[in-house]
Amino acid sequence: MFKLNEDKCLRCGGCVGICPVAALELTETGIVCNEEKCIKCGNCESFCPVAAIKIEKDKK
Amino acid sequence: MRDVIIVGAGPGGSAAAKYLAEKGYDVALYEKRQEIGAPKRCAEGFSLAGAKEFNLDLPKNCIRQKINSSRVYSPNGNFVEINYEVDGGCILERKVFDKWLVEEAVRKGAKVQAKTTITGLLKENGKVVGVKGEFFGEKFEERCKMLIASDGIESKISRMAGLNTACNPNLVDSGVQFEMAGIDIEDQKKIYLYFGNEIAPGGYCWVFPKGKDIANVGIGVLGRNNLPAIKYLEKFIESKKELKKGSILEVNSGGIPVGGLLQKMTLDNFLVVGDAAHQVNPIHGGGLYEAQFAGRIAAEAVDEALKRGDTSEKQLSKYNKEWWEQRGNHLRNVEKLKEVFKKLSDEDLNFLSENLKGNNLADFCEGINLKFFGKLLMKRPHLIKFAKSLF
Ligand SMILES: Cc1cc2nc3c(=O)[nH]c(=O)nc-3n(C[C@H](O)[C@H](O)[C@H](O)COP(=O)(O)OP(=O)(O)OC[C@H]3O[C@@H](n4cnc5c(N)ncnc54)[C@H](O)[C@@H]3O)c2cc1C
Ligand code: SF4
Ligand code: SF4
Repeated sequence: MFKLNEDKCLRCGGCVGICPVAALELTETGIVCNEEKCIKCGNCESFCPVAAIKIEKDKK
Repeated sequence: MRDVIIVGAGPGGSAAAKYLAEKGYDVALYEKRQEIGAPKRCAEGFSLAGAKEFNLDLPKNCIRQKINSSRVYSPNGNFVEINYEVDGGCILERKVFDKWLVEEAVRKGAKVQAKTTITGLLKENGKVVGVKGEFFGEKFEERCKMLIASDGIESKISRMAGLNTACNPNLVDSGVQFEMAGIDIEDQKKIYLYFGNEIAPGGYCWVFPKGKDIANVGIGVLGRNNLPAIKYLEKFIESKKELKKGSILEVNSGGIPVGGLLQKMTLDNFLVVGDAAHQVNPIHGGGLYEAQFAGRIAAEAVDEALKRGDTSEKQLSKYNKEWWEQRGNHLRNVEKLKEVFKKLSDEDLNFLSENLKGNNLADFCEGINLKFFGKLLMKRPHLIKFAKSLF
């Protein structure tokens, strides 16, 4: 699961460019993740300058 | 049907819009933000030589501070200074600058619309023939002969068109910045850069003055680190008594593509400029000059293509060729340096700072005289293997 901390996110769009499968989108309200596309690589999480993203392992 | 649609009203998009509108084409420039240029994702450093080259008659309110030198600190606190000819650089007010660039494009005849997101592309036989967009929640479609993507680091448009411009995560600086007031600045006409693996792994911290007691104080770090960029920035500020007492007026962040230059930036009826094409100086992360430069030569290539009635990839590839000849090869050299730089320890950085002069640093930022740098590295046995890539 892609989890965004909206209080932290500055809507800079950096994570969007780094996502290898174009799963992310910058909207007026924040970053939206298309979970069907997301491959949980964690690139966005380690990139985000303000640590606004958490990628949580899906529960089986 | 429009001649040209441009997506993203940053400096790359507005430069392309201005040059094409000037040549008499019917140009539309769409920007998703409600206010062009805001919030800024930038430390606002710009070269005045660049402004001259692009014939920008910058209004006074675009420039916050003129700059005549840079001071580059190594981890042990020593520094090297680069002095420019009179006022070679400036710190802009980008909110004003970006909007002014767009105004200039409008004066030449471009149509600009903010709060307009391009959400998809119209395609025929696999080729781009227009855009799907939304203005205030109102959907629209518009056809065009040429589409230019200048949509910055987010760059979804290129990927929709069929060019994979996703950034390699190891080649994007994670940047964050506070605009701070109430700080002490030794010399407001100088920019200050701080290097070191402890303070900014793979990147640097910066203080770019916007006045006597106000500056953009920021950091860019590269790759996966123990901490997010903002934690490094907070530690940096905490360690400097002249900054620690300041107030935060603005918080900015962003990704800076510092590598991964694209060989191919064109498709049929389509090309990409600026951050979206990773056109940034890999050493210092400056992209304002590069985006406008690319916007200009892209406009020349599009002009020629439209005149010939041939906007095929083959015809447009002139843009790839020109850009690589005029900028790409330089930036590729800078990229090589960056690759070496990433591997240097703090001791190595200290050693370099003792042996480099300001003009050497200025050369490196332009990708010239790499051999000199290579020779210096050869003096440290463990660096010989890296030095080879520079000869
Ligand atoms: C922290 C930081 C500090 C920096 N400091 C400096 C510096 O001091 N000097 C320097 O030269 N450079 C600096 N840069 C780099 C510089 O900001 C960029 O290189 C420059 O803005 C690139 O211009 P551009 O036109 O390519 O893209 P941008 O300026 O990013 O513009 C792209 C625009 O496209 C819009 N857009 C995106 N998608 C869509 C869509 N689907 N529909 C409509 N609009 C869309 C965006 O909203 C945006 O306004 C810095 C960058 C960062 C992150
Ligand atoms: S990188 Fe972080 S701050 Fe920037 S838009 Fe993505 S989640 Fe928000
Ligand atoms: S985890 Fe990877 S695939 Fe998923 S949104 Fe983040 S960058 Fe994209």
